[in-house]
Amino acid sequence: MTVGVAKHRDLGLTDAEYERICELIEREPNDVELAMFSLLWSEHCAYKHSRKLLRRLPTEGERVLMGPGENAGAVDIGAGYAVAFKVESHNHPSAVEPFQGAATGVGGILRDVFALGARPIAVLDSLRFGELDSERSRYLLDGAVRGIGHYGNSIGVPTVGGEIYFEPSYEQNCLVNAMCVGLARSDRMIRSAAAGVGNAVVLMGASTGRDGIGGASVLASAELDEGDEAKRPSVQIGDPFEESKLLECCLELLERGLLVSLQDLGAAGLTSSAAEMASGGGVGIDIDVARVPLREADMEAFEIMISESQERMLAVVEPANVAAVEAICEKWQTGSAAIGVLTDSGRIRVLREGEEAGDIPVAALVDGCPLYDLEPGPPRGWIYGNRRSLEPGVAGGELLLSLLASANVASKRWAFEQYDSIVGSRTVRRPESADAAVLKLPEAGNAIAVAIDGNGRRVACDPRRGTIEAVLECAQNLACVGAAPLGLTNCLNFGNPEKPGPAWQLDEAVSGLAEACSALGVPVVGGNVSLYNEGPEGPIYPTPVVGMVGDLPDPARSAGSSFLRQGDAIAIAGPFAPSLAGAELTKLRGELDAGLPAVEIEAVAAACEAVRDAVREGRVASAHDVSDGGLACAIAESAIGGGLGCRVDLDPLIELRGCSGETALFGEGPGGFLLSGAAAELERLAALTEVAVIGVVGGKAIEIEAGEQSLSAPLAEAKAAWGSLADRAEPA
Amino acid sequence: MIWGVIQFPGSCDERDALHACSLTGEARLIWHEERSLDGIDAVVVPGGFSYGDYLRAGAIARFSPAIESVAEFAARGGPVLGICNGFQVLCESRLLPGALLLNQNLRFVCRQVELLDGDERLSIPVKHGEGRYWAPGEVLDEIEAAGQVAYRYAPGDNPNGSARDIAGVANEAGNVLGLMPHPEHAVDPLTGSTDGLKVFERVAGALV
Repeated sequence: MTVGVAKHRDLGLTDAEYERICELIEREPNDVELAMFSLLWSEHCAYKHSRKLLRRLPTEGERVLMGPGENAGAVDIGAGYAVAFKVESHNHPSAVEPFQGAATGVGGILRDVFALGARPIAVLDSLRFGELDSERSRYLLDGAVRGIGHYGNSIGVPTVGGEIYFEPSYEQNCLVNAMCVGLARSDRMIRSAAAGVGNAVVLMGASTGRDGIGGASVLASAELDEGDEAKRPSVQIGDPFEESKLLECCLELLERGLLVSLQDLGAAGLTSSAAEMASGGGVGIDIDVARVPLREADMEAFEIMISESQERMLAVVEPANVAAVEAICEKWQTGSAAIGVLTDSGRIRVLREGEEAGDIPVAALVDGCPLYDLEPGPPRGWIYGNRRSLEPGVAGGELLLSLLASANVASKRWAFEQYDSIVGSRTVRRPESADAAVLKLPEAGNAIAVAIDGNGRRVACDPRRGTIEAVLECAQNLACVGAAPLGLTNCLNFGNPEKPGPAWQLDEAVSGLAEACSALGVPVVGGNVSLYNEGPEGPIYPTPVVGMVGDLPDPARSAGSSFLRQGDAIAIAGPFAPSLAGAELTKLRGELDAGLPAVEIEAVAAACEAVRDAVREGRVASAHDVSDGGLACAIAESAIGGGLGCRVDLDPLIELRGCSGETALFGEGPGGFLLSGAAAELERLAALTEVAVIGVVGGKAIEIEAGEQSLSAPLAEAKAAWGSLADRAEPA
Repeated sequence: MIWGVIQFPGSCDERDALHACSLTGEARLIWHEERSLDGIDAVVVPGGFSYGDYLRAGAIARFSPAIESVAEFAARGGPVLGICNGFQVLCESRLLPGALLLNQNLRFVCRQVELLDGDERLSIPVKHGEGRYWAPGEVLDEIEAAGQVAYRYAPGDNPNGSARDIAGVANEAGNVLGLMPHPEHAVDPLTGSTDGLKVFERVAGALV
C-alpha cells in the first residue's frame, strides 16, 4: 500500500474513488488536490447516496424563480418581489459543540439567502434531542437554543417559528436544522454561476483561519462515536457582527450593480465555492492563496483552500469595478481581496505566489464523483425500542394533563422567548399564537406565512406515509393562517445510507415527499441532505424536515390558533381519522410499533383549501391543526391560548370514524382542523370538506365527553401543565 | 420635525425606528462616522448590537463620532431617545444614570410586556439579554424623587430583574430618555400594538 492510499482513506475516500480521481486527472493527486477532492466528493457536498433519489422530486412550478442548484430556492410573491428560502442542517457540529454548531448553522443559512441578493427576513429552526431527563440532552438543548439566539438576535433577523422534539434516538446525534427566508426584488436577484473570462474573483468578509478544516468530511459524512472531543477543532466559530456587516455590504454591492455573481462559503470553503461558481458558468478559476487574508500565519495551501472559517463570500467582479467594490467593503469594515481571475481553462488552478500548488479540471471535481445506488432493506418491525413513562391506569383529566406536560406537546415558550421574533417589523403572528408565522410584506402589498414540520417518530413508524404526513402538516399549518403553499424546502436527516435499514427509510421517505408534493402541486425549490446521523445505539429516527412558504394576500386576514370569543362554536373539519399508531400517547405508554394508516392526500388538500378560504374571508375565529397529542391536546392549546374554557362532545367524530373515545381524544393523523367561530359559518364548510360541530367556547375548564371517556381539567391546571417545560429544560 | 436615527455597524432596529419616526415626522439615518446633526430636531439611538457589543453592551459605541455629537446635541437641550442598545449606549456615555446588566436569568428575553407611565398602561415588547436596570440605592432614590423614572414594568411583568421595576429613565433636564422596551415595535396594530407611538410623541414633546 502506498502512502497516498492511506491518506485518502483518512480523508474519507474509498479506494475506488481514489482510483477514479487518478483516472480523471491522469495522475496521482498531490496533497492540495487530494484535500479538495476529499471534501467535494464527501457525502455532504456531492450527495453521492441521495442525488439519484432526489430526481424524483417535482421542482417546477409557475411561481418558481430559482430551483435546486442555486444557493437557495426562490418563488415569485408578486409586485416584482421574490421570496428566497432554504433549510439546512448543522447536526454533527451541534452534537459536538451545540452553541457554535447551532450559531454557525444559522449563519450559514443566512448567507445562502443573501447570496441571492435577498435580505433575510425570518429564521425558523427544527431541533431534535434525546429525552429531557438526560443531562446531555439538556446541555445540547441549552447550547443550541443559545447559539441560535446569539446569531439571529445579534444580526437582526427574527426567529419566527420552529419546532422541538425529544426522542431517545436523538440522544447522541441531535438535529439542528435552520431555515431562512429572504425578500428580494426579482430583477435584482443574482445567481452563483461565474461569468466573464478575465473577471476578478473577490473574497469578502472574515479572514481565513484553521477553524472548521474538514468539517464537512470529518463531521457531516461519518457517524458520531466515542471520542467526539477530538473533533471539536473541526467545529466552526461564528461571529454574527462580521456577518451583519458582510450582509449589508453584499446587499449594497448588489443594489449598485457591482457584482457579476455571488456565492457563499460554506462546507469545504473556498474549494467548493470556487468549483461551484466555475462549474455553473463553464469557466475556469485561478486562485492565488497568497492573496487570501489569513488570521493565522503559516497556513498550508490546502488548509486555505478547505478552511470553513465563517462569514465569507466569493464574488465575481468586472476588473473596472474592483476598486468600487473594495471601497464599499471598507465602508462596512469588512475585508475584501481580489484572490483570483476567471479563465477559459475549465480548470481550478491553485497558485501560491505564482507557483502552482494544484490543478484540477472543474468537471472532475464537481461532476466526477461516483453516485451510488442504495441497497435498501426494510427493517423487521419496530427497531427503536420502547420506554414507558405513563402508568396504564392514568385516565380522564389527569391523562390530558400528562400529555400536555409531555415534552413534545408542551409549550416551547422557554425556547422561543430567547429569540428576537419581531425585529424587522413584519411579524404579524408570533410563535405559538398561530400554526404558522405570518410576515407582512409592505413592499409587495401582501404577506407570507412560513412553517416547518417533521415528526420523526411517525416517519420511523412508516417512512413513506410519515413523510407524506409531514408535508400535509406543513400545508395544514399554512392553511390555518389562510395561506396557500408556494414552494417547499426540505432537509433529509437520516442514518447511514450504506446500511440497508436507513437506505430503505431514505428511499421510502423521498418517494413519500415526491408523492405529497406532486399531489399538492407544491414544487421543491431546494434542500439539504444530512446522512450518517447515528450514535452507538443505532440510527436516529428518519427525520425529513419540510419548510414551506405560503402566499397570504392580506396580512389583516389571518387566523390565530386560540379561541377568541365566549359562545363561539367549535368544530372538527377535514378527513381526520384518529389512530393511536405512532401517537404521543402510545409513545408515553411504551407501545410504539411499526405502521401508520393510509393517507388520502387529495382529501386533506381539499380540506386545506376550504379552511384557507374560510380564514381569508374572516369566517372562522381560530384555526388549529390537530397534531401531537391528538384532538384533546389541540382543544386544550386553543383554550389555554385564548384563556377560555370549553365544553366539547366528540360523539359525532366517534360515530363518523367508528373509533373509541380514547382514540378520538388522543389519536393522531393528518387532515384534522380544530376551528372556532359562528356555528352557521362552520357548518357551511360541509359543502367542501367533512365538518362536525363538537362544542362551544366558554367557562374556566376544558370539559370533553368522548364515548366511554369523559375528562375535565381546570384551565389553570392545563395551562400550568402545558407551560411546565421551562423547569425541566434548564441544564444542571 | 426631523428625526435622525443613528446607524452603527451591528445596529438591528434602525430601519424599524426610522419607520416609527416617519409616522410622527420626517426621518433619516445618520451613519456612525458622521459628526453633523445639522437640521436634526430629535435623535434616536436605536436597538441592536453596535460594533458587535462583544466588550459590554454600548461600551464601544459610546466612543463613536456620532455619539460624541449626540452628547453635544443633548447638552444643548436636544431631545434624544435611546432604545434598548441605545439606552445602554446613553448609560455608558453618562447621559443617563445607571447601567444595564445581564438579565437576572442570564437569558435573552423577547416578549410583550405592560409598562406603566404614571397611571397609563402601555403594551410594548422587550427583547434583550442585558436589560436589568441597576444603579446604587441612593441614585435610585434620587431619580425617583426627581421624577426621572419614565417607565416601569407593570407588577409581575418585570422581565429581567430590573431594580424597582424600572424600564426607562430620563436625565435631569428631561430631554434625554432611555428605555429597554421597543416602542418602534409597537406602532402597528397588525404587529401587536400602537402604544409605542406615545413614547415617540413624548420625546417630540420635549422639543421646545
